[in-house]
Amino acid sequence: MEAFELPKTFDEFVEARKAGFMRVKEFKENGGKIAGCLCSYTPSELMDAAGVATVGLCGTSNETIPDAEKVLPKNLCPLIKSTYGFAYSQKCPYTYFADMIIGETTCDGKKKMYELLNELKETYVLHLPQSQERAYAKDVWYEELLLLKKRLEEKFGVEITDDNLRAAAKKRNRLRRALCEMYELQVNCPPAMKGTEMMLALQQGTFTFDVDQQIANVEAKVEKAKKALEEGESPIPKSAKRVLLTGCPSAGVIQKVGMVIENNGGVIVCLDDCGGERTNKLMIDENAENILRAISDRYLEINCSVMTSNDKRLENTKKMIEKYKVDGVVEVVLQACHTFNVEAAKMGRMVEELGVPYMKLETDYSSTDSGQIETRIAAFIEML
Amino acid sequence: MYQVGIDIGSSAAKAVAMKDGEVIKTILLNTGFSSRKTADEIYRTFEAEGINSDNARYVATGYGRISVPYANDAVTEITCHGKGANYLFKENGTVIDIGGQDTKGISLKNGRVMKFIMNDKCSAGTGKFLEVMTNRLGLTQDELSKLARQGNPITISSMCTVFAESEVISLIGKGTPREDIAYGVIESVVTKVVQLISQVPGEKYFLTGGLCEDPYILERLSKALNSPVTSVPLARYAGAIGAAILAEE
Repeated sequence: MEAFELPKTFDEFVEARKAGFMRVKEFKENGGKIAGCLCSYTPSELMDAAGVATVGLCGTSNETIPDAEKVLPKNLCPLIKSTYGFAYSQKCPYTYFADMIIGETTCDGKKKMYELLNELKETYVLHLPQSQERAYAKDVWYEELLLLKKRLEEKFGVEITDDNLRAAAKKRNRLRRALCEMYELQVNCPPAMKGTEMMLALQQGTFTFDVDQQIANVEAKVEKAKKALEEGESPIPKSAKRVLLTGCPSAGVIQKVGMVIENNGGVIVCLDDCGGERTNKLMIDENAENILRAISDRYLEINCSVMTSNDKRLENTKKMIEKYKVDGVVEVVLQACHTFNVEAAKMGRMVEELGVPYMKLETDYSSTDSGQIETRIAAFIEML
Repeated sequence: MYQVGIDIGSSAAKAVAMKDGEVIKTILLNTGFSSRKTADEIYRTFEAEGINSDNARYVATGYGRISVPYANDAVTEITCHGKGANYLFKENGTVIDIGGQDTKGISLKNGRVMKFIMNDKCSAGTGKFLEVMTNRLGLTQDELSKLARQGNPITISSMCTVFAESEVISLIGKGTPREDIAYGVIESVVTKVVQLISQVPGEKYFLTGGLCEDPYILERLSKALNSPVTSVPLARYAGAIGAAILAEE
C-alpha cells in the first residue's frame, strides 16, 4: 500500500477539514486515483473509463483568496483566485491529493492561472474552440479528447476502451437524467424545495467519488420530494416569488445571494448556471458508432459566455423562464468575469423584452458588500 | 389609526406619522452609533403625542430597518422611496435619492417600482462624499452650495472619496479659491449621480433625501440630465412616508 503525506499545516486544521483529508488519503491509499476538474466542459467519461475519480475543484470560498493574492492579481475572478488559493495553501484535500488537474482554455483568467497552477500540481489543459460555429470546431474538440485520452492512458497506465467509454456515457446520462428530474420538481407551484437546498446538494455531488453513489443520492432526493409533493407538502409558501438565477457559477454565492433570495420572499426555481439544466439536459448518444466522438460532440454543445457568439444560452434561458413560470431573473456576475459581465447586456435586454424584471449583481466571495446585496435583492423581490 | 414610517439611514433617521393619508408629524435625528437607541427615541417622541403601539402600525426601512424592535414589518428603502415619491409627486418618472452611503435611482410607473439602480460599495456620488468635503472645507452643506454658485469651473478628477479629499487638500495648498473647490466638489457628485441615473432614465426626475431642499443641487442635476429635477421639502422623508403608506396597506 502506497503511503501519502499530509500537508505540513494539517495539525492547524479544524476537525471537519482534518476528516476530509483523512477520507481522501484513505481513498488514495486503497489505490484510488483522482482527477480534479474545473468546468462543465471537462469530459468526465474519459476519466470514468480510465478508472479515475473526478472531483470538482472550483473554489467557492473567500478563505484562500488572501493566499492566492500573493501570486495572482487582486482584480481577478474570485472563483479563479479561490481555486488557486486552495492549491497554494494546501487546504483542500481533493486538490492536495489529486493526481492531476484537468482544465480548459475557457476564460483568460482561468487559462493563464492554469500555467501557475501547473507549478503546484500537474495541470493538463484541453484547448477548447472559441465557438461551436466553425465547421471544424467539432473536429478540433474531438482531437483534443483524443490527446487527453492518450495522456490519461500514459499517466495511469491503463487502456481506455470504447466499451468503458460507452458504459461511462450510459452512467453519466443516467446521472444527467436524474439531475434534470430534480430540477423539474421546481416547475410545480409552489416548487418542491428551496433552490439553495438543491444548490448545496449539487455542490456535495461534485465531491462524491462514485458516480453510482451520486445517482443514488439524487434519485433518493427526487423520490422524497415527489412523495412530499403528492401529499401536498412543500416547504415553500405559494406566495414566494419565482426566481431564475443565471450567470457565473453560483456555488460560491449560495449564502450571499441564494439564501438572501430565499430569506426575503423569493425561491430559486431554476438554476441557469453551468451546473444546472442548460448543461445537464444535453445527453450523449450512447449508441453512436464512434462513442468518443459522441462524447466530444455533446460537451461542445454546452453554452457558456466564453463562446462567441453564445446566443444559444439566451434562447435556452428564454425557454426556462417560460417553463418555470419565472417572476424575475437575477444574474450573478463574479467580479472581473468579463465574459458573463459583457453578455449580461444581451441577457438583460432579452429578459426585459419578455416583460420579466431583471437584475444584475456583480459581487465576489467576500462579505464587504453583503448589506448592499441584501438590500438590492430584497428590493428586487418586493418589486416583483 | 395612525401609520408610522421609520427610515433609519446611515447618517440620518427620519420618521413620519400619518393619519387619513396626511403627514401629521415628522422627526429628523442623527442615526448616531446605535440605530436601536434612535429607534427607541422615535417611539418615545411619537408616544408623547399619543401615538403608540395600541393605535398605530409601524413599518421600518433603511439600513437600520432590522433594529426597530416594535416595527410590524420591515421593507427595503427602494420600495419605500418609490411609494413615498409617488405620494409626494404623483407622477411617473425617476426618483433620485442621494443618501448618506448610497445613491439610488428608482424608475416609477403608476406608483410601482419598475427598475432601480444603486451605487456599488464606493461612496462617490453619495452624501458621504459631501460630508467629507464640507468637513475638510469647514463649511455646512448650505454654505458649500452657495459658494459653489460663485465658483469658477474646476474639476476634481478622483472619484474615490479618499483620493478626492487628497486632491482637495492639494488645491487648498495651492491657494485655489474656496468657491472654485466648492464648485468642483458639487460637480463631482452631480457627474457621478448622473452617470448612475442614466441607467434608469425618465422624462422627469424627483430628488429625495437630505439634499432635496438645496436649489443649487437641483439646478445642476437638471442641467446635467437635461430634464427638470424637482423636489418638495417633505422629500427628505420620502422613505419614511413610503413606509407609513405600506403600514396602512
